[in-house]
Amino acid sequence: MSSVRVLVGTRKGAFILTADAARKRWEVEGPHFAGWEIYHVKGAPTDPDRLYASQSSGWFGQVLQRSNDGGKTWETGGNQFLYEGTPGPHTWYDGSPHPWEFKRVWHLEPSLKDPDMLYAGAEDAALFTSTDAGQTWSELPALRTHQTASGWAPGAGGLCLHTILLDPNDGGRIVIAISSAGVFKSDDSGQSWRPANRGLRSNTIPDQDAEVGHCVHHVAMHPSRPDVLFMQKHWDVMRSDDGGESWREISGNLPTDFGFVIDVNANDPETIYVVPITSDSHHFVPDGKLRVYRSRTGGDEWEPLTKGLPQKDCYVNVLRDAMAVDSLDPCGVYFGTSGGQVYASPDGGDSWTPIVRDLPPVLSVEVQTLS
Amino acid sequence: MIQVVLPKNLQILAGVGRVVELEVRGAATQRSVLDALEASHPSLLGTLRDQVSKKRRPMVRFFACQEDLSDESPDAPLPEEVASGKEPLLIIGAIAGG
Repeated sequence: MSSVRVLVGTRKGAFILTADAARKRWEVEGPHFAGWEIYHVKGAPTDPDRLYASQSSGWFGQVLQRSNDGGKTWETGGNQFLYEGTPGPHTWYDGSPHPWEFKRVWHLEPSLKDPDMLYAGAEDAALFTSTDAGQTWSELPALRTHQTASGWAPGAGGLCLHTILLDPNDGGRIVIAISSAGVFKSDDSGQSWRPANRGLRSNTIPDQDAEVGHCVHHVAMHPSRPDVLFMQKHWDVMRSDDGGESWREISGNLPTDFGFVIDVNANDPETIYVVPITSDSHHFVPDGKLRVYRSRTGGDEWEPLTKGLPQKDCYVNVLRDAMAVDSLDPCGVYFGTSGGQVYASPDGGDSWTPIVRDLPPVLSVEVQTLS
Repeated sequence: MIQVVLPKNLQILAGVGRVVELEVRGAATQRSVLDALEASHPSLLGTLRDQVSKKRRPMVRFFACQEDLSDESPDAPLPEEVASGKEPLLIIGAIAGG
């Protein structure tokens, strides 16, 4: 019988939530790494008991954790993330040059083929890879040394590489996103990169249609259609049908098109989910109502999903890596909030239930569908 | 044996209690104590000092015998009370925030 395992990273540790395929009764286990910020936890597609976790602290730096038994026990991996060569500066908030400094790993993306291989997206923005289960790391420096890199400036959360999409049909194709540089694409396993931001417009930068400089918050892809990408930008929800070569806006009737998360239903690549957030100065849901918006048409036409979600006096945020879907039918959708709630919908978003209500602020949510 | 007191988060990371006892060869200095600590507990690599430059992380502090030794040379001898095991070397996460 199938089951699901939800991997939750929070400001003060990691939690593992498990249920059978009905997704009604949940076991909550944790905190793992209590007191540490857990930016991301993710399982390897080819070995679901192999988990990786990014553990960090402003005091004690970055730690990489690995589990070989689905999170029951953990061991530390390597935490030496060194930029190749002498990094040049990027652009600071005030426009001045600022040294490139490693701060933390935001996102871990295990290979689709090899559980010992994975990618790590870092702040300050860079892509690292490991082929020995996270024991040693090397940078793919062509991204950080891209000719536009000196002009990259951090978003409010830092100059972070937060999205890593691996094309299941093309082992060499990687799409990444950096806040706030934008989307970059590689067709040669990260040896070279090109910006993929045509069609994005951002009124917060001097050249609104610039090649780079857009504050992309998250990008999602359905594995059956890797050329179709969905983006939650700082403002605007966007879609690409050509693997990021061009984008068009699909915000449609959303109450606000600011937000962080976006994801795709596992059973229908035209069904997508976002959680609109009031604005960049009000990082909470509009009108005190927590509403997931679903489009069954690949964008433009959106419906609010409210059943089981608080519809008054709610002022939480949902951060960029804090939504995920399982691959059961109907598709389960999960998200975590800055208020420490993790909500689950076992019916594609029609209804929601809090799995747990009082965790530390949630930074990331991933789901494993186990057979 | 030299005694080192770790902050709570590093106790959890290293899977140890509050006090770690270390055998240090040669003179007891910040460097030799941290070398011994990292050798016996590799999970602490990079959490107290940079792995390449060996420079102390900015928000890690070293106290002993009611003195702040954080800005001392890493090769300066530690107080005799620490070297003899009478007093611990305290590793502190700097107080920050509310």
